[in-house]
Amino acid sequence: MSASQTMSIREQEKQARRREKERERRLHKDEAAERKRAAKSGFQNPQNPRRSTLLTVVCGIFALYCLFPFFYLLINATKTQSDFVSTFGLVGGHSFALWDNIVQVFTYQDGIFGRWFINTILYVVVGAGGATLLAIMGGYALAKFRFPGRKIVFAVIIGAISVPGIVLAVPQFLLFAKLGLTNTPWAMIIPSLISPFGLYLMWIFSDQAVPNELLEAARIDGAGEWRTFTTVSLPLLAPGIVTCSLFTIVATWNNYILPLIMIKDTNWYPLTIGLNNWKDQASTSGGTAIQNLVITGSLITIIPLVIAFLLLQRYWQSGLAAGAVKE
Amino acid sequence: MGVSTHTARQGIQQRHRADWRGWKFMWPFALVFVFVFIVPIVYAIYISFFQKRMIGGTVFAGLANYQRLFADPNFWGSVGRVALFTIVQVPIMLALSALMALALDSMKLHGTKFFRIVTFLPYAVPAVVSTLIWGFMYGARYGLVASINSTFGLNLDVMAPNVLLASIGNIVTWEFVGYNMLIFYSALSTIPHSLYEAAAIDGATEWQIVRRIKMPELRGSLAVTVIFSIIGSFQLFNEPSVMKSMVPGNAISTYYTPNLYAYNLSFVGNQANYAAALAIVMAVITMAIAYAVQLRSMREQMK
Repeated sequence: MSASQTMSIREQEKQARRREKERERRLHKDEAAERKRAAKSGFQNPQNPRRSTLLTVVCGIFALYCLFPFFYLLINATKTQSDFVSTFGLVGGHSFALWDNIVQVFTYQDGIFGRWFINTILYVVVGAGGATLLAIMGGYALAKFRFPGRKIVFAVIIGAISVPGIVLAVPQFLLFAKLGLTNTPWAMIIPSLISPFGLYLMWIFSDQAVPNELLEAARIDGAGEWRTFTTVSLPLLAPGIVTCSLFTIVATWNNYILPLIMIKDTNWYPLTIGLNNWKDQASTSGGTAIQNLVITGSLITIIPLVIAFLLLQRYWQSGLAAGAVKE
Repeated sequence: MGVSTHTARQGIQQRHRADWRGWKFMWPFALVFVFVFIVPIVYAIYISFFQKRMIGGTVFAGLANYQRLFADPNFWGSVGRVALFTIVQVPIMLALSALMALALDSMKLHGTKFFRIVTFLPYAVPAVVSTLIWGFMYGARYGLVASINSTFGLNLDVMAPNVLLASIGNIVTWEFVGYNMLIFYSALSTIPHSLYEAAAIDGATEWQIVRRIKMPELRGSLAVTVIFSIIGSFQLFNEPSVMKSMVPGNAISTYYTPNLYAYNLSFVGNQANYAAALAIVMAVITMAIAYAVQLRSMREQMK
């Protein structure tokens, strides 16, 4: 019975989504019609101005600049090493070697790339997940409570943002080495747990998305602070949480200096350090250049994040917008 | 009257009784923060007063590391390099970001959604990977520049020492222009649209709306982006570090940027104490500049 129920819910969701799409299409058509009418009568609705082709072309050039490296990466991931060195950078090589390259990336050096991929996912899930959780709670506390030491906490954190990474990295390394944590996943995960920017984001967001009246009402109804937080505040914070986790995921996935310093054991490398290592292989004595693998590996490295951005765009854009709406 | 004194007393009582509930949510962050931020910083300050000697091991050296640092031309050369980088790259990047945000917000583009995603997409690429891609393109032996040179018979070299900093600036701009654009864009989207309508009814031109309504709104977020960008470019490390082996010769020295210098000192040169002193001085310089440029607007939000 429950199976049929979930089916029906899924069915409902699908219908709702279809309706939403239809509505959007209708809206789009209406707006286009309005623009046409407005153009004819010489009046412009500032909410729906005429589209400018010139501006679109100018921005198109800029968009080209943004997309160009992706394009280059895609083209060159299909080339063999010898084609990469010898053929023109923006056209395909003599053979289409993308699948070969992918297979080679995952089998080279006993498939260490797969290990790096799994390591990165581990660091992201535990590190960025934890960072998001701490940022949510901390931001909520800063926004909704006037606790002793609040101002100090804030000043210290803002100050901390301006501390260069290397200031931390050197003593962090020495401390972690003393504790025997270097060359373990912990060396990567523990420092990733702190995201001052995430805290700032969640603080702004909690300030705006959670009304004090609602919290008071929950308290009067006898809910404890923790329960108020989980049942009242968390759902309201959901879009902000998606935004925050997106930023912490990017920060952890893309981290370079921390693993560079903390992790010397190739088995615990994340993707970024691994790729850099492969790139450097050509410059060591007797090393063979594997630029085709570096390029294909780079492509594989960025695909998950690009997909996440495309899928979550609705969330992070609405998250930022909702965080920004104040009336 | 009795009622009013009663409520007044209650108010005083409330003001006096500290409200500790916030720490229920704050403590996990604070605990980890102390462990990975405060303790290392204090430790860095502590070790910066020591020196490793050939004979006698690590000994207290007072301000000797700092004295050496202030007389170190490599250090000041690297600071000058990132300062130049900041002065040129940050305004270009922020201007591009702001213009793109204004263009998106004007709703005059065909396919606003497409542009919004495309400009933000580079932010998803790790610094290592974007440096790798651009580095391959820059390559005069195998990259795109090489292809262009051989096709058109040119002799371009964007990795030559005199243009290298600009080439790195291009990579950094590419990486962060969309991110800053998004900050500007979300600031613009806080403006209620009724304001534009009112302005249009009052006969304001488009340019006036941009100047009088949108620009002032951007100013607040400008402070935030400027501070983050300055901090970021003073910490320049990833791009030169990855490019080091891609650049012919020794164009990227071990002291190309302050961070690179500190890294090489402590992990290659085994001079962690001196590196700690360098890192602390850099932190002080960065913070001083960030404050000078405008941390005030961020504090205003704090109330």
